[in-house]
Amino acid sequence: MALNSLRGGIEPDAHKKESSETPIRHVPLPSRLVVPLVQSSQESARTIITVGDRVLKGQCIGEAEGAGIAIHAPASGTVAEIGYYPMAHPSGLTSQAIVIEPDGEEHWITYEPLDPATASRDELILRIQASGIVGMGGAVFPSHIKARSKTETLLINGAECEPWITCDDRLMRERASAVVTGSAILAHLTGARQILIGIEDNKPEAIAAMRAAVCDMEPVALKCLDADKITVIAVPTRYPSGGERQLTRILTGIEVPPDKRVTGFGVQCFNVATAYAVCRALLHGESMVSRIVTVTGNVERPGNYETPLGMPIAELIALCGPKPGTTRILMGGPMMGFTLPSLEAPVTKGCNCLIAASAELFPPSEPEQPCIRCGSCVNVCPIELQPFEMYWSSRAKNFDSARQYHLFSCMECGCCAYVCPAHIPLVDYFRFAKSEIRARDEEQKAADQARARFEFRNARLGREKAEKAARMAAKAAETRAKSAGEAALIASAVDRTSAAARTPRDRQS
Amino acid sequence: MTSPHTRQPDSVQRIMITVLVALLPGIAAYVWQVGAGILVNLAIATAAALAAEALMLRLRKRPLWITLSDGSAVVTAWLIALILPSIAPWWLTVTGVLVAIVMAKHLYGGIGQNPFNPAMAAYCAMIVAYPALMSQWPSVDGADFATQVHLILGGSREIDGITGATALDAMRTGLRNQNDVHSILGTGVFGFAGGRGWEWIAAGYFVGGLFLLARRVITWHLPLGFIVGMGLMAGIFWLVAPESFPSPLFHLASGGAMLAAFFIVTDPVTGASSSLGKFIFAAGVGIIAWIIRTFGVYPDGIAFAVLLMNICVPLINRATQPAPVGKRKSP
Ligand code: SF4
Ligand code: SF4
Repeated sequence: MALNSLRGGIEPDAHKKESSETPIRHVPLPSRLVVPLVQSSQESARTIITVGDRVLKGQCIGEAEGAGIAIHAPASGTVAEIGYYPMAHPSGLTSQAIVIEPDGEEHWITYEPLDPATASRDELILRIQASGIVGMGGAVFPSHIKARSKTETLLINGAECEPWITCDDRLMRERASAVVTGSAILAHLTGARQILIGIEDNKPEAIAAMRAAVCDMEPVALKCLDADKITVIAVPTRYPSGGERQLTRILTGIEVPPDKRVTGFGVQCFNVATAYAVCRALLHGESMVSRIVTVTGNVERPGNYETPLGMPIAELIALCGPKPGTTRILMGGPMMGFTLPSLEAPVTKGCNCLIAASAELFPPSEPEQPCIRCGSCVNVCPIELQPFEMYWSSRAKNFDSARQYHLFSCMECGCCAYVCPAHIPLVDYFRFAKSEIRARDEEQKAADQARARFEFRNARLGREKAEKAARMAAKAAETRAKSAGEAALIASAVDRTSAAARTPRDRQS
Repeated sequence: MTSPHTRQPDSVQRIMITVLVALLPGIAAYVWQVGAGILVNLAIATAAALAAEALMLRLRKRPLWITLSDGSAVVTAWLIALILPSIAPWWLTVTGVLVAIVMAKHLYGGIGQNPFNPAMAAYCAMIVAYPALMSQWPSVDGADFATQVHLILGGSREIDGITGATALDAMRTGLRNQNDVHSILGTGVFGFAGGRGWEWIAAGYFVGGLFLLARRVITWHLPLGFIVGMGLMAGIFWLVAPESFPSPLFHLASGGAMLAAFFIVTDPVTGASSSLGKFIFAAGVGIIAWIIRTFGVYPDGIAFAVLLMNICVPLINRATQPAPVGKRKSP
């Protein structure tokens, strides 16, 4: 199959071997699990337990609201508290969370398994929502929303292009069959006619395992899609081939404009770990209560850890033996990840990787120099933007010009900053400009709304005045009519006094 | 600290050093064909550029070391030394460097902000101010090293016998005197492609340019744009009237053409930004340079052509801004 090439991109040191060569390990339960109510990019869940309740592993503790997902107890135990906790977020945001003290018994409560061949589509999709499944690549977009829209081609993303991260690699090596089954179920739900599984060619074991799993598909998967409709494709190792749009282009040749969703182009993309979770949820009735996290970098025991959701990051890191010289912990990969402001934050569904950073592994960036317009950033931008023009505009706070250079198409992949010989933190400038523009738009909107409100109020006051005037006029007319009637009555009754009686009343009104 | 947390070990300094290395074959050919005097000029220009850069940074209260060590001033210095006559007196070189660093670079805000190519601004200023000195080029094997140093250090300029007309001058004068191209090329000034001896220097620059391409310091759009621009103009007229217009090869091998193609139009700061824009920019330089060479009064038109195209850069950038992925009008 002919592959299209990624535009731009870079080839940073992979650093995969540090964590990819040991099997996935299970993590002992911590003393407390902190389960945030918001676990997706949509609405937060609604608590359905109270402090002191006993819960089982996998038990729903927060029901899905709107387009959001349900959340579950990651272990059996007692609800200890509902309170605000710091979250894994660059700004150190806090969020409401349910704290569970595990009893160590690991009693599961599972749903009734569903057979994709007989269960209705609605039933299956509802189950995905009720099981709390979101995109595991980091975007945490609820999977039931994506599964609901029909598509031609299903892409399964196993590219894992960020350096250091190997959780998808290990998952594919060890649990390929479930990944393929989950993919087939997703194809069944979306009506996709074919599945393309893209894996970077620096993961030969994963590619082999996935190919073997496709050749030897589970009967339940075969009921969803024929094996010959599934292709495992080795894609050249080049960051950011695992970006949804980039992978779409590599595998199908379709160029999706930055302001459109891939869905509109007959393509739907799920991460391999998401496909795995779908398989567990539908065929085994297990809600999403854990995920595989790569812990690597400056630690004694780098590797992949099947971690209960809600485990405080500090405890997970401690298990892996951070070495002296660890200065900070990165969440996500080194290209797009961020430094955790607090290690008290819990592991959540989007937490694919934690990297213990030291000055040797991640030297502080060199001082920023002036841009020499060398164009290196242009050559590597996967969206073919002109980063340095956006930089000059952002620096000069000329935000309209930055927008004209398609600032909002920037995916913040960091390729440009990676190559810049002047060591300019380009992505920082872009984030700054974007937030400034958003703030300005918000202000503009607020001002527009205020003006609209003001105008509406004026209009309302005017209308009320007019109505009041009309009412008064009506009343006056009524009064007049009444008095006229009365007068006539009086006139007819008391002939002689009629003229004298009407005159003062007229004057009154 | 924010993403990305890892960087490619690249720097402005490394780029500039690569450019300096790429100039070495041309400089070696210069020494071989014309004499080692050029090395003295290179040294003077380098010292003057670093001093001027340091002074300006101090005056503008900018961190000294980081810019001084980025190598950009040295690149400018070397280019100036290479485009001025190599027996020019030291003060001419120094003045040229000052024009480049102080006026063309720092008065516009320093590296990255200057709209005009500093080396070309220096050349134009010098040729307007000192037309006579700027046209005294050593002839090949004309002056030994001692004589060259003597002239550079400001000694009395007894230059009969050691200077000669450059290929471009000889061609221009010959054509003015109603000779045809073929007979002009028969005189001793010319070699196999351009000026005898000088064509080797052009070849050296060409080799250095290929090195820059291989190291991805420059992209092919610029040198090719220049070569196509100049070659196309020269080619059309040469095909129509070969007796009054020299061939494209002559133009490309003479004067500063090769230096311009690989080292001057490739200045990133003062050029266009998109690939198409780069090509247009460089082709424009080639075309204008050919026009000035053919119809103008100056010995070589490249410097003026570059400055003229520098002015057009904002226009070119606006006209050639590429659309992002998926937004192209036709696929
Ligand atoms: S890579 Fe850096 S120095 Fe080069 S043009 Fe881009 S921003 Fe400027
Ligand atoms: S961060 Fe934005 S501008 Fe830079 S390479 Fe990525 S998409 Fe392009």
